Amino acid sequence: MHIMEGFLPNPWWEIWFAIAMPFVAYGVYRLSKVTKKIPEALPLLALMGAFIFVLSSLKLPSVTGSTSHPTGTGLAAVVVGPGITSVLSIIVLVFQALLLAHGGITTLGANVFSMGIVGPIAAYAIWVASKKIGLPKSVGIFLAAALGDLFTYVTTSVQLALVFPTSAGFFDAFLKFGTIFAITQIPLAIGEGILAVILFDFLAKYKGQLLATLKVLKLPGAPSAQEEIKS
Amino acid sequence: MNAKHYAILIIAVVVLFAAPLILFPAAEFSGADSSAEQAISDQGYKPWFTPIWTPPSSEIETLLFSVQAAIGAIIIGYFVGYERGKRVQKGTKSKTQVIAKIE
Repeated sequence: MHIMEGFLPNPWWEIWFAIAMPFVAYGVYRLSKVTKKIPEALPLLALMGAFIFVLSSLKLPSVTGSTSHPTGTGLAAVVVGPGITSVLSIIVLVFQALLLAHGGITTLGANVFSMGIVGPIAAYAIWVASKKIGLPKSVGIFLAAALGDLFTYVTTSVQLALVFPTSAGFFDAFLKFGTIFAITQIPLAIGEGILAVILFDFLAKYKGQLLATLKVLKLPGAPSAQEEIKS
Repeated sequence: MNAKHYAILIIAVVVLFAAPLILFPAAEFSGADSSAEQAISDQGYKPWFTPIWTPPSSEIETLLFSVQAAIGAIIIGYFVGYERGKRVQKGTKSKTQVIAKIE
C-alpha cells in the first residue's frame, strides 16, 4: 500500500495531506485524552503500535507470485479506536519513509489515509456490526482485521487510479492496480486476521478489566443492562 | 482458547505463507508496491521527488526492516511475558494463602 516517494503529482499529494491531517489531529487529541484519563492503558497502546510495527515490516509471499505486507491496524482500531490508530500508523510510515525509502514524505498523506484511516475505520465498523448481529468475538476480530487490511489496499488502488487512469479510464486503471494489490493481499489479510484473533484472545483473558474500561468488551461477570431489567 | 488452539492457529498462518513458495517455485516474489511503481513508470511518469535517503544496499534495507520487526516483537514479548508472569505469581500467592489457612 506504500505509494512511493514522488509518485503523486501536484495537486494530489496536497489533497491527501489535507484530508488525512485533521483525522490525525483528532487522533492526537484522543491519544492525550486516553493517556490522561486511563494511564494504565499506556502499555496497551505500546502493544498495538508494536503489532503494527511487526506486521508492516513483514513482506510475505502470496499466491500471485509477488510479496506484500499486512498492516496490523485492524486490531488497534478495535482496541484503541481508529483515531489513535492513525497516529500509530503515521509513526510507522515516517519510520519507513525516512529509513527504508519505503513509501515517502510527499506521499505520506495518501498512505496515512489508506493505512491509518480507511482501513481502521472499516475494521472498527465491521467489529461493531459483528457485535450487533451477535457473531462470536473471535469471528468479529478476524473479519475486522482481515477486511480492514483489504480495504487499505483497495484504497491505494483507488488513489493510484485517480491519478493514473489508463486510456480506458479510471475503472480500468482501478482494476489494474487492484489486481496488483488486492488479490496479492487476500492470503495476507487472512493471516493478519488469525494473528489478531490470537492477540485479542490473550488481551481478553489477561486485560479484560482494561478492555472493559475502554469499552471494547463487557466483562462476563458484570450484568448487562438487559439482564438487570430481567432480574 | 487454550494453548492447543493457539498452536493450531499459528500452524495455519505458517502454512498459509509457506504454501505460495511451494506452489509457485518459479515465481519472482517481488514486492507489490514496486509492481505498482513499475506499472506507473510504464505509462511514462517520472517521479518528481526522490527519497531523501535510500539504504545503500539491499542488505542494509533488510537490516532496517529486521530492526523494525524486532522493536515490535520485543514489545509484544515483554507485554505478554509480564502479564503472564503477574498472573502466575498471583496464583502461587493465593495458593500459599490457602495452605496457610489450612495449617
